[in-house]
Amino acid sequence: MPRILLVIAALGFSMLSCAEAAEPINIGALLPMTGSVAAFGQMAWDGINTAKQIEPEALGRPIEIKLADTKSEKVDSANAVSRLIEKDKVVVIIGELISGNTIAASDHAERSKIPMVSPTATNPLVNQGKKFVFRVCFIDPEQGRVAAKLALDRLHAKTAAIIYDISQDYCVGLKTFFQREFTQDGGKIVSETMYKMGDRDFAPQLSRIKALKPDIIYAPIYYTECALIAKQAREMGLDTPILAGDGVQAPELIQLGGKAVEGIYFTAHFHADTISTPMGKKFYELFRKDVKKELDSYTAQSADAYFMIVDAIKRAGSTDPVKIRDAIRSTKDFEGLTGKITIKPDGNAIKPMVVNKVKDGKFVYVTTIMP
Amino acid sequence: MDYSFALQQLVYGLTLGCLYGLLAIGYTMVYGVLRLINFAHGDLLMVSAYVAFFGIAIFGVAWPISFIGSVLFTALLGILIDRGAYKPIRKSPRINALITAIGVSFLLENLGLVLIGGRPKSFPAPGLFSGSIVIGTVNIPELSIWVFIITLVLLVLCVLVVKRTRIGIAMRALSRDMETVTLMGIDKDRVISFTFALGSSLAAAGGIMWCMKYPALEPFMGVIPGLKAFVAAVLGGIGNITGAALGGLILGLAEVLIVAVEPDWSGYRDAIAFFLMIIILLTRPTGILGERLPD
Repeated sequence: MPRILLVIAALGFSMLSCAEAAEPINIGALLPMTGSVAAFGQMAWDGINTAKQIEPEALGRPIEIKLADTKSEKVDSANAVSRLIEKDKVVVIIGELISGNTIAASDHAERSKIPMVSPTATNPLVNQGKKFVFRVCFIDPEQGRVAAKLALDRLHAKTAAIIYDISQDYCVGLKTFFQREFTQDGGKIVSETMYKMGDRDFAPQLSRIKALKPDIIYAPIYYTECALIAKQAREMGLDTPILAGDGVQAPELIQLGGKAVEGIYFTAHFHADTISTPMGKKFYELFRKDVKKELDSYTAQSADAYFMIVDAIKRAGSTDPVKIRDAIRSTKDFEGLTGKITIKPDGNAIKPMVVNKVKDGKFVYVTTIMP
Repeated sequence: MDYSFALQQLVYGLTLGCLYGLLAIGYTMVYGVLRLINFAHGDLLMVSAYVAFFGIAIFGVAWPISFIGSVLFTALLGILIDRGAYKPIRKSPRINALITAIGVSFLLENLGLVLIGGRPKSFPAPGLFSGSIVIGTVNIPELSIWVFIITLVLLVLCVLVVKRTRIGIAMRALSRDMETVTLMGIDKDRVISFTFALGSSLAAAGGIMWCMKYPALEPFMGVIPGLKAFVAAVLGGIGNITGAALGGLILGLAEVLIVAVEPDWSGYRDAIAFFLMIIILLTRPTGILGERLPD
């Protein structure tokens, strides 16, 4: 009996202390922490945590981040998002990072009327016809256009071979947009070969490409496969330049690819050399001190999604998801870390595009293009 | 498609086929003795790759020692898995063992995920295995030659062990009738442990070569090769060692040639593997070299 009394007393005390501190605002982080694009998730997680150190609260209440792992899979993304909404009671979600998973997850968020902001999902279908799904990055029709321009003007390519992953919405989408722009401007696609995520042997595809002698290989794919493709291509004596998209910007590209990935150009969201805002400088300093890693796209974009969401909560003056949604939609010239963010009525952001290159085992900034 | 292009594809197909075959031999051996589809076989490949990787990259051990260490470790792990997971349910219905095997497979994968993390790691392949020989216009990676030789040697060794040695005779006897064999005074568990050790070390040999060929180590790297090896084993007649190697070769060649000949079909690569398996199961359920066993 005295033990029960003690428990009741302890419970009462803990409830009392809870009431004293303000209740936290729950923000969901829907990230691929494991699986085929785990590097992105972990980079994003670093970014969100550093951003939280800079902006730890809103409306006088502390912010709490609830992490849900999507395992880089579509089914798990849909499950993870419902867990965030139903169990963790989040009012807004950051994520997912890749298009296929974001599309799979966004349906549930849309139906539950919980706003979702993707840092880097670039496929147009991510928020098409949806009222609660936003992103702080450019979209693939723009990326395809810039890549085509890059191929024609900078790499002087007249013919291109494409290799892409048929199981990923991002890859299929970007391939289509590149193809359209490249052929419109006088280029010619000599071959299209595909593979499925998880494939490790690309020799038959690459030897086919080798026989056709294209000027460039366009690879709108993710980092692991890109590194292996570059490696296998160089091994068989195929040294055609490779052009890729934002899906390759992870340290793993260089770790796995080594010398083979030298000289790969890719369109990207961000490079640390382009930081110009005060927020960006502050973040970069803190990130270098705390995390001690390179500051890449996925880190920066996720931090920006966080900053924009916190700003929206402050402007909404409430944690009501619909009010937050309205505040996000009216974001204009918000000074983030990657630059000024403006959300268009369709939920997409107006963002410049950065072109990077792999040089001496590092991602090097080449130029910025406004699409 | 010209002559040298075809030859080139043959080289790639043979390499992939040998890797599948090597894994399939291990699969088929365990099945042959225990009638157990050891789904953890592919994950043993992952374990061996990581052990070899840690040996070279973290502890700085010379590669031959690291490779041998990895094979021994994986063999030991195979025995442990059998003792810990399969032995207690040896007398239960076969489906229990099958589900347990799936459980062991998930356990290994997720253990790897927790202990090592999901980000892929590169494998430092020793210089001996990199580079390639060019004959005419055909490019033959040196690793392909090694894969071919090692697979051939291990296949011959396995066949000899099963056909000629005392333990091999015991293995074959065990696969026919477990109870009678025990009555003859043969230590059943020792023979089964030996089978697991042999099968697992084959997985390890395959795993090390796999990660030199495709240097991206991650906890789920064994899933696809494991599945393909299973298909190869079924194709060749599950339980038959030469059949498994043959099944692997057919599968590897089919996968490479279909993509090379018809690039538009490159997305159907896995579909082809499983389509082949269905066809074989429908027309010749015992596989190409499989024989009907008295039940």
